[in-house]
Amino acid sequence: MIPERVKALLLPVATLAILEIWARAIHLESDSLAPPSAIAIALAEALRDGSVLAATRDTLISAFAGLLIGGAIGLAFGIGLGIFHVADRLMEVTIEAIRPIPSIALLPIALIALGFGYRMEIVIVGFACIWPVLILSRAAVGGIEPRLIEVSRALRLSAADRIRKIIIPAALPRIFLAFRLAAGIALIVAVTVEIAINPIGLGAAIMTAQQALRPDLMLAYLFWIGFVGYLLNTGLVVAQHHLFGPAALVRDSA
Amino acid sequence: MNRSLLYWRAASFAVAAGFVGLWQLIADQQLVSPVFLPGPDRAWASLVRGFASGDLWVKLQGTLAHMAYGWLVASITGIALGAMIGSSRTMRSYVAPSLEFLRPLPVSAIIPVAIAMFGLTQGMALFVIAFGAIWPMLLATIHGFAAVEPRLYEVARSLHMSRLAVIFKIALPSASPDILSGMRLSLTVALILSVVCEILAGLDGLGHWVLLSARAFRSADLFAGVILLGVIGYLTALAMSMVEKRFLRWRSSGH
Repeated sequence: MIPERVKALLLPVATLAILEIWARAIHLESDSLAPPSAIAIALAEALRDGSVLAATRDTLISAFAGLLIGGAIGLAFGIGLGIFHVADRLMEVTIEAIRPIPSIALLPIALIALGFGYRMEIVIVGFACIWPVLILSRAAVGGIEPRLIEVSRALRLSAADRIRKIIIPAALPRIFLAFRLAAGIALIVAVTVEIAINPIGLGAAIMTAQQALRPDLMLAYLFWIGFVGYLLNTGLVVAQHHLFGPAALVRDSA
Repeated sequence: MNRSLLYWRAASFAVAAGFVGLWQLIADQQLVSPVFLPGPDRAWASLVRGFASGDLWVKLQGTLAHMAYGWLVASITGIALGAMIGSSRTMRSYVAPSLEFLRPLPVSAIIPVAIAMFGLTQGMALFVIAFGAIWPMLLATIHGFAAVEPRLYEVARSLHMSRLAVIFKIALPSASPDILSGMRLSLTVALILSVVCEILAGLDGLGHWVLLSARAFRSADLFAGVILLGVIGYLTALAMSMVEKRFLRWRSSGH
């Protein structure tokens, strides 16, 4: 019986080994593929001269700034609409009309209004992050045990206190989940904007490597982008476990 | 009850109309430079003009075609691969962890690789869109197959059903809610990637249209394109949720 961990590693290791052998056997000369050893060397070199880390920093700055701004807007609207049902029903058509616009379609608008750089990327990431946070936090607030609200009434809490002491703590696990999903979206949108047009960050770096006909460096960046995405996702899942315990995860998936 | 629902809807539309009015007001007062923000009247006029001359039709069809082909390829391969991996415990334990590792990868990062392989062509767009849209369906199918009630498999065994029959008669129907929600997710992904590919490769489509309009500072045309993209997003999501409801009707009535 092979342990599960070994089974999980078998496929990637075998794929890499076959690619390496194949590339060496035919003396691969290609603009799109490179042997894994060359990719590893390119990655190590790019890590040593700091270009990967600088690009990662640019991408993460844009992604997190967009996440914070978009998430804050989404959270404010989500809580507001979750509490005031009248407002929620009145805003329904407006929200449903704006939400389906693919975030990347705003790219040309942001481009002519803000030019290249961090700001246009942050605006687009922010727009993309509003919606998951808004929808999930609205549902979270709407799903709060009604008796908790009654208690807050009986205690004559002010509206601000009611939000701070009852609603946010009760909805917090699901709000965190919303931010976790939005963080993944933020990274995806940031990289996409950089690949499409914005000359900063990891997306621009991978495009440059492609245009310089450096498949080893390009694939090294691809691996690195996947690695960053994986780390971000795993880190947030662990944080969610740690902060809210397994109970939060079970309830979210149900 | 129904009646009050109708009133709420009407009020909600009125609020939306109010926002459009506000937008018109801001544009008329030129609070934001008209270079960036055309009024809804100008955006609408540009929409009408674009459709009358047929330009916008061609672009719309281009985007819809990219999206549909990529999504169809992704659906077929995603569900087939997912069924293959999901229906066998061995395959699952060997392949699923690698897929989980690949899942958080921002799929647009594959675009440079695709450009290196296929050049700036339709084939590149098809590959990128299919590659991006396959993940939600692939993972949903694997998950759906893995979550089939084990007693159903026991029934299949005692009926001596073949593996294909098990897949088509038990696993696929039971996994269909997961698969359908995966398909809905990938529609959005397909639309976004279509736009990105059109922007990068200059393929005929709305992505190319909005980029050209932005470069020429024709903000009315730009907004017309963005509005159309929103309409595509809305209508495809609506159509998919209707299909979902129809397909899953047996679930709510059956048990």
